[in-house]
Amino acid sequence: MSKIITLLKKDFLLELRQQHTFFGILLYVASTIFVLYLAMGQPESTVYNGLFWMIQLFVCVNAVAKSFMQESHGRMLYFYSIVSPIQFIISKIIYSTVIMLLMVLLSLVLFRILLGNPVMNELQFIGIACLGGLSLSLVFTLMSAIAAKANQNAAIMAILGFPLIIPQLLLLIRLSKSAYGEVFREGAILQISLLLTGLDLLVIVLSIVLFPFLWRD
Amino acid sequence: MQLKWWKILCIIFMFLTFTAGFLIPVPIIGNLHQSIRNFFFHVPMWFGQMGLLTLSLAYSIAYLRTQNLKYDIYASEFAKTGIIFGILGLATGSIWAKYTWGEFWSNDPKQIAAAIAVLIYLAYIVLRGSMTDFDKRARVSSVYNIFAYFIYIPLIMILPRLVQSLHPGGMEGAKGGGNPALGGDSLDATMRLIFWPAVFGWLLLGIWISSLKIRLSLLVNKNLIHE
Repeated sequence: MSKIITLLKKDFLLELRQQHTFFGILLYVASTIFVLYLAMGQPESTVYNGLFWMIQLFVCVNAVAKSFMQESHGRMLYFYSIVSPIQFIISKIIYSTVIMLLMVLLSLVLFRILLGNPVMNELQFIGIACLGGLSLSLVFTLMSAIAAKANQNAAIMAILGFPLIIPQLLLLIRLSKSAYGEVFREGAILQISLLLTGLDLLVIVLSIVLFPFLWRD
Repeated sequence: MQLKWWKILCIIFMFLTFTAGFLIPVPIIGNLHQSIRNFFFHVPMWFGQMGLLTLSLAYSIAYLRTQNLKYDIYASEFAKTGIIFGILGLATGSIWAKYTWGEFWSNDPKQIAAAIAVLIYLAYIVLRGSMTDFDKRARVSSVYNIFAYFIYIPLIMILPRLVQSLHPGGMEGAKGGGNPALGGDSLDATMRLIFWPAVFGWLLLGIWISSLKIRLSLLVNKNLIHE
């Protein structure tokens, strides 16, 4: 446990010292949303919803990708000698989830400012957005670990991750329609949320089980 | 060449599918008419695909446990045949859809899920191609294969049951939900008599095709595999 905290501390310290990466992604989000605003003004809810999740997807690819790719081969060898793979993957999962949740909340604010606010149930939408950020970052953390093994190729991460994330993304897009005031069959919202949480748990368990096989070279 | 019992069984089942499947009298349901015979081709494709991908998963797990490159070759060949079955399933489904629902592609949740499943496994092939080191390729792609399978199952089994679908067994299907593949009692007794042999026949054919490719691949990589 203390090793996980140390690893986390190292990651966040690096984040604080090299702020250009964090702000780089933030700038990327802001300029994308600004271009969207210039292109279409304030869209209606279906378009808004679709755009929101697409932006989250691309933010996630950029933000989470570096969690493994920033580690050089030598540094990985060092980690290999001091921590167990399970501690390592857990710390990476927590790190990328925190970064992703920050990004989700910041882009929510930017969406609110620039693209208007068709959301009727604010709190619910924030909750769904956080759940979505969690799902995205969990899947892409393991994909980033795989892509880092495949010759540090960033394109491979998108190729691997996009088809895998579609089921969750479809569920999220459907679920967030409830926050725009669409009426759902009774119990459907709870059902979909539970399904998403279940998928998240499944991804965490799979990451912990599979990562030890990935990381030894 | 040895003809094993299951290969003989496969030939008998396929023969049955292609003769009796076209000749037996079928019940006329709704606008399906004679196209219901596609039941012997379209639905078994998905059983076949599931079966082959499950075998692929089993061999990926076996590889991670034993580090024997042989199992990695098994896993990749089963996955490739699984992709072919998936594409055939989509094709037979689209043709069926054209004559019953009016369009080749109507964004039905099950069509989308099936297409995504094919994409997921195509990504597996791309991933394999991106690495040249044999051991690394085997290890990384086994990890991806296992992960993909556990995403693929909820995609194909749970999602279509939550939403409205043109397929039988959707949320607002005839009986308010159920198995996405089999529409409850839409098969009569004689059809069932052909349907199950057809399922096993296609599955065995898939295994047969894969086993030929595995034998070839084992010979090509002979010097890498140590018993």
